[in-house]
Amino acid sequence: MNYFPDEVVEHVFDFVTSHKDRNAISLVCKSWYKIERYSRQKVFIGNCYATNPERLLRRFPCLKSLTLKGKPHFADFNLVPHEWGGFVQPWIEALARSRVGLEELRLKRMVVTDESLELLSRSFVNFKSLVLVSCEGFTTDGLASIAANCRHLRDLDLQENEIDDHRGQWLSCFPDTCTTLVTLNFACLEGETNLVALERLVARSPNLKSLKLNRAVPLDALARLMSCAPQMVDLGVGSYENDPDSESYLKLQAAIKKCTSLRSLSGFLEAAPHCLSAFHPICHNLTSLNLSYAAEIHGSHLIKLIQHCKKLQRLWILDSIGDKGLEVVASTCKELQELRVFPSDLVGGGNTAVTEEGLVAISAGCPKLHSILYFCQQMTNAALVTVAKNCPNFIRFRLCILEPNKPDHVTSQPLDEGFGAIVKACKNLRRLSLSGLLTDQVFLYIGMYANQLEMLSIAFAGDTDKGMLYVLNGCKKMKKLEIRDSPFGDTALLADVSKYETMRSLWMSSCEVTLSGCKRLAEKAPWLNVEIINETDNNRMEENGHEGRQKVDKLYLYRTVVGTRMDAPPFVWIL
Amino acid sequence: MDEFINLKETELRLGLPGTENVCEEKETVSCCNNSNKRALPSGSENETESSTRKTETSPPRKAQIVGWPPVRSYRIKNNIQTKKNETDHEVQGSYVKVSMDGAPYLRKIDPSCYKGYSELLKALEVMFKFSVGEYFEREGYKGSDFVPTYEDKDGDWMLVGDVPWEMFLCTCKRLRIMKGSEAKGLGCGV
Repeated sequence: MNYFPDEVVEHVFDFVTSHKDRNAISLVCKSWYKIERYSRQKVFIGNCYATNPERLLRRFPCLKSLTLKGKPHFADFNLVPHEWGGFVQPWIEALARSRVGLEELRLKRMVVTDESLELLSRSFVNFKSLVLVSCEGFTTDGLASIAANCRHLRDLDLQENEIDDHRGQWLSCFPDTCTTLVTLNFACLEGETNLVALERLVARSPNLKSLKLNRAVPLDALARLMSCAPQMVDLGVGSYENDPDSESYLKLQAAIKKCTSLRSLSGFLEAAPHCLSAFHPICHNLTSLNLSYAAEIHGSHLIKLIQHCKKLQRLWILDSIGDKGLEVVASTCKELQELRVFPSDLVGGGNTAVTEEGLVAISAGCPKLHSILYFCQQMTNAALVTVAKNCPNFIRFRLCILEPNKPDHVTSQPLDEGFGAIVKACKNLRRLSLSGLLTDQVFLYIGMYANQLEMLSIAFAGDTDKGMLYVLNGCKKMKKLEIRDSPFGDTALLADVSKYETMRSLWMSSCEVTLSGCKRLAEKAPWLNVEIINETDNNRMEENGHEGRQKVDKLYLYRTVVGTRMDAPPFVWIL
Repeated sequence: MDEFINLKETELRLGLPGTENVCEEKETVSCCNNSNKRALPSGSENETESSTRKTETSPPRKAQIVGWPPVRSYRIKNNIQTKKNETDHEVQGSYVKVSMDGAPYLRKIDPSCYKGYSELLKALEVMFKFSVGEYFEREGYKGSDFVPTYEDKDGDWMLVGDVPWEMFLCTCKRLRIMKGSEAKGLGCGV
């Protein structure tokens, strides 16, 4: 079995970096399990309630990097009440107590407080990297602690968090001796920024490669920042409105020309469109462009910019680019791998939105495309069949037709055949989001063909429990299933309870599952946490005479090795 | 096969035909309704508050479903904020000229982009590299040679900061940062 001494095996394991692979090798034998756990430095926990800090530390005492995810995905769309959970405090407390040499913490959809950040900053001497995505609960005071106390800070990356901006001086809390920054992203901060402190910080950070500014950083400051950081690779422009003849703009143009390492551009949170041309000189180097927040830049300016970006691999954009704009993308960006088209108009009908034509054009022009998120007005089966033929390499396919239940706009048929073609052709499909008018048939196709599917998002789809059953029985690799407003009930939920042991989680809201169905599930599967999230009084549900048959508003279940969580708020009932 | 029916088309209203009010805030309708087999978004019940903004004739507004379309709330907030700025532009015809005594050229700003006087003044300070001193209700600005003034709809030169911000936005036609002796006439606290 094991002919090598442990150190050699451990050395071999160093080359095994992905979590999946490490988890796999730890299952080979006891000896490998032991070697693996002592050598594991990066741990990924996809659901913070699946385990607890004590078990984490017991198994991986040498960990240096921890990734934690808290709230379920649908929390992004306001379907999960704020106080549901996902608190990072107990994790940081436990890690601090154990004196583990934490260097990196990455959190997604978790509740982070200033207290947590302060504790984090004081407890780990070698702490280097903090990445917070879609988190909430903290203020710029917490950021001040991180800035002040983390002597070797390399990355401070704040992505789309809800941060209470006290307009304080957190940037000036970085000591003069701090010169190690590589990533600084504060684009999501709403308040004013101390420009002087920022400029000084950037000037003394020769390794700074990624800088993403917030709205409060105006164009002249941007020019100065870029001038003292020509090594920049990834830039998020904050505010970008100005009169193009002014001195600052000329300085900016000069500074941009010097940034020959620039590969990624984003931001433009407030932008005067005619100023984009300042960036044209470096566009031919860009591999990533995110203009999805630049609501004020319209079609023609976007297109002019994109025409210079021949090496683009990743493009995030608003649907104001239109089908014609997407055709330009298709003919220009032959290296494109990932495309996201977001809706610009969320309230009205939107005349500039994109249709199936844009999607087909992209699929025809970009052979390397493997990930797409596409919000559109309408779709047809024929278009999806064409897309499937053009791009059999999709790993992620997320289509959102803005109007729920909308059929094929030419034939008025459901979109079952279109999505069926996608799952049949794309053998490596790992993530799929459905929309439009869909019957049980589409789920039959998914169950039959989507062998690698790990995450499926369903909304306003299906006719009967059969739909959900096709998926549960067919998709062997399913990890995360999230369903809303679809007629799936107890029969589907209870058909194969052991299936949930192989999945990370299941979300069902506004479906047909009843309280008694959920109770039966909880009885059969004590290793699951079955949470009923009911913003109206849960006690009323109990007392009601028909309680068994009462439909459950929101159901969230997940496998766990640590049983019921203790921090659930009153409106969460764990069966 | 259920179809999404928009009842607004057949709704009887008192307004003129072809007009529609745009909602100030998004109104949301929760589809968690136990009696629906498949929760379809309801049509017309959530009528809008009337808005002071522009009216649209088409397309008819649909009631909002909670969490649909699936866009992160962070993104929606940013989108709305930017759109708000955009619409303000159109309604208020926004940019005004800003001159400073002694500066070689004028600038233009949109006062409605700022949330109040302190933000506006800070922006002006950065733009023209000066300091404005402290505002007092009686004496005006003290502690600096520079005084911010604006020309109102009547053509009079007024001290920035006296009237409520919203009123200022409506009446300000241009800005002028006065300097030195001329400023003293407006009471910079000799």
